[in-house]
Amino acid sequence: MSRAVEESNRAMLRARDAMDRAYAEPLDVPALARIAHVSAAHFIRTFRATFGETPHRYLQRRRVERAMYLLVQTDQPVTEICHLVGFGSLGTFSRTFRDIVGESPSAYRRRKAAVAANVPSCFTKAWMRPSTTAGEPVTFG
Amino acid sequence: MTMTSISRSQIYVLDQDEALDFYVGKLGLEVNTDQDLGFMRWLTVNVPGDPEHEILLEKPGPPALDPATAERVRELLTKGAMSGWLCLTTDDARKAFEDLVAKGVDVTDEPTERPYGIDFGIRDPFGNRIRIGQMNPRA
Repeated sequence: MSRAVEESNRAMLRARDAMDRAYAEPLDVPALARIAHVSAAHFIRTFRATFGETPHRYLQRRRVERAMYLLVQTDQPVTEICHLVGFGSLGTFSRTFRDIVGESPSAYRRRKAAVAANVPSCFTKAWMRPSTTAGEPVTFG
Repeated sequence: MTMTSISRSQIYVLDQDEALDFYVGKLGLEVNTDQDLGFMRWLTVNVPGDPEHEILLEKPGPPALDPATAERVRELLTKGAMSGWLCLTTDDARKAFEDLVAKGVDVTDEPTERPYGIDFGIRDPFGNRIRIGQMNPRA
């Protein structure tokens, strides 16, 4: 039984890696489910059980994280960033961004100063990603 | 008191033969020590020509870990949530990336220009993260 869980975990991780890597491409659930070698319905259910959120939500957070990065690190227009990170429409992008970050892309850009630190980008990508619990205060201890 | 070097580090792997196929066969590391100690198989690798820095490829299991804990470690590892990961350096990141893609490794990040150099990410067959970088000289 546990070997089956391990194989399933690796298949889900492979699909999640694909989202991290190819977030700007028009990824859809059937394509991701093919990477994991399971049906679409099984994929959504298993991904959520494995990582605690749906594949759709995970991909949204990945895209929003890259958008946050580009808003702070570049001067590119919001519309361009929206397409660069894989959103098809500015409306969906703005709504999703606000939903996850708590403010609009342009407000975020105005408020946020660039963070400079030479840590590997895999760390900034993992730690700078907006959490599902946006808006809650961060607590320690 | 002064520490002088990081000599050995450890990551968990699910299968040591499969780990050799990956770390030696695909990544091009060298076997440092492969010895059956009876109670465990001590398997370490190093980058070519640098035997002073070893990575222990350890299989989680009893008696070091109780069976339930070993199962938990395996589960976290395959989810990509174990702490085990490596940063390696190379003199040509883009070439290394092409070579590894041709060998069929799982890619997590394609080569990116960063202030510190060019680097990319791959995953080992078990879920460990590996980062390979062509680093700029430190300022």
